[in-house]
Amino acid sequence: MQYALMFYSEPGAGEALSAADRDVARADFSELLHDPRLVVGAQLAPVESATSVRAHAGRTLVTDGPFANTKEVLGGLVLVEAADLDEALELAAAVPIVRFGGVVEVRPVVAR
Amino acid sequence: MFRDEWGRVLASLVGYLADFDRAEEATQEAFAIAAQRWPVSGAPTNPGAWLTTTARNRAIDRIRRERTLAQKFPLLQAAEATMDEFDDTPIKDERLELVFTCCHPALPLEGQVALTLRALGGLKTAEIARAFLVSEEAMKRRLSRAKAKIKATGIPFAVPDAHLLPDRLDAVLAVVYLIYNEGYAGRVDLAAEAIHLGGVLAALMPDQPETHGLMALMMIHHARRRARFAGQDLVLLEDQDRSLWDRDQIAAGRAALDRALALGGRGPYVVQAAIASLLAVERVDWPQVVQLYRRLADLTDSPVVRLNGAVALAQDGYPEVALREVDALDLDDYLYYHSTRGELLRRVGRDDEAREAYRRALDLASSIPERRFLTRRLNQT
Repeated sequence: MQYALMFYSEPGAGEALSAADRDVARADFSELLHDPRLVVGAQLAPVESATSVRAHAGRTLVTDGPFANTKEVLGGLVLVEAADLDEALELAAAVPIVRFGGVVEVRPVVAR
Repeated sequence: MFRDEWGRVLASLVGYLADFDRAEEATQEAFAIAAQRWPVSGAPTNPGAWLTTTARNRAIDRIRRERTLAQKFPLLQAAEATMDEFDDTPIKDERLELVFTCCHPALPLEGQVALTLRALGGLKTAEIARAFLVSEEAMKRRLSRAKAKIKATGIPFAVPDAHLLPDRLDAVLAVVYLIYNEGYAGRVDLAAEAIHLGGVLAALMPDQPETHGLMALMMIHHARRRARFAGQDLVLLEDQDRSLWDRDQIAAGRAALDRALALGGRGPYVVQAAIASLLAVERVDWPQVVQLYRRLADLTDSPVVRLNGAVALAQDGYPEVALREVDALDLDDYLYYHSTRGELLRRVGRDDEAREAYRRALDLASSIPERRFLTRRLNQT
């Protein structure tokens, strides 16, 4: 089964880390990227670069900023192949942002 | 017969079909057939095997009719050979897998509770609805949402790996204890249900001390249930009629506690059970109770535990110290914080403040016995 792991954290959380923490985080993240269960992954540019697109009164409306106004923003996501939810949750728990105040949302990908 | 076999048969079917809804449907059907036939033809020698095989056959029939099966259920091919035999080989007990599925932390807590009562306790949806004072429709939705999430997210039907087990076991025990504590609200005897579930867990996980600790805690508390009320009135421990205590259940609880201690259990349920055991005697050893409350407070870091510990300290003869400890707690929205303060203030002779505390408690109290108790105290002070 495929799962999406979506990484949410407060903007700038990464900069607040000490150099040592950042090295550990980078190493752990690189381990995840090399895990054979990883299908695909992407790190996103900071939230300041976000643009939202919606339709309004028959026109396309483009606005600055992310879609949802929450404190935590989507910073990246990966798709993984896991036997069941517990395996996906373990992969999620190993994502470095979890230890630094972030959240990983885990959702199954709809099979096509 | 129903209560003992339901969970076992359902567990086996969930493991077999990997589909909670289908498993439940088939199990229900098998029990309905049994209810029709057994009174006429007599029960089979191995009812569990009969029910499981019948449920499996029903599920296979149904799936066949739906015709999509070959790809969806590869296990079926293996099953066909034994389809029509009722052999005597014991059915593998997969209730533990079922427990961990039902109490998976990815499910909302109310869903875990409902599912555990339905799947393991064998309660009907209507009974669970009555117990939690919601409509049957609402409970049905709650159960289907939980089952749908199990299926959609791939919650495993498995006993968690060793490194996950302590956390997951905590979740399971918390569900059972929550069911126990809801026991006083509704019409169904949830406390008895929780003890039944606890017994099943203790049998399935005989090496886990906290399981026995929880069992001990529930039994020793439950043993005193008839002494806790006199009509509509709450009766405090010190005024309880000891002859209303269920001695056998207290003894059974203490046996479970001994077992937990022998297994090296020192966790929160074991300590709470030890406190309950110390309180279920004629002359309470308050210094020891105080000590155990301190240990429990260290384990749980819970202000409610500290509040209870302060009550024990007052009983041990130190109401002033207890009052100072209570005043330091941040529990302003908690009914028992104010009622406890009222009791302590009254004991040290600060009657005006005591009355004020009782009034605050009365504002927060909703049950009739609690309101009557507080009103009486207010009038006596």
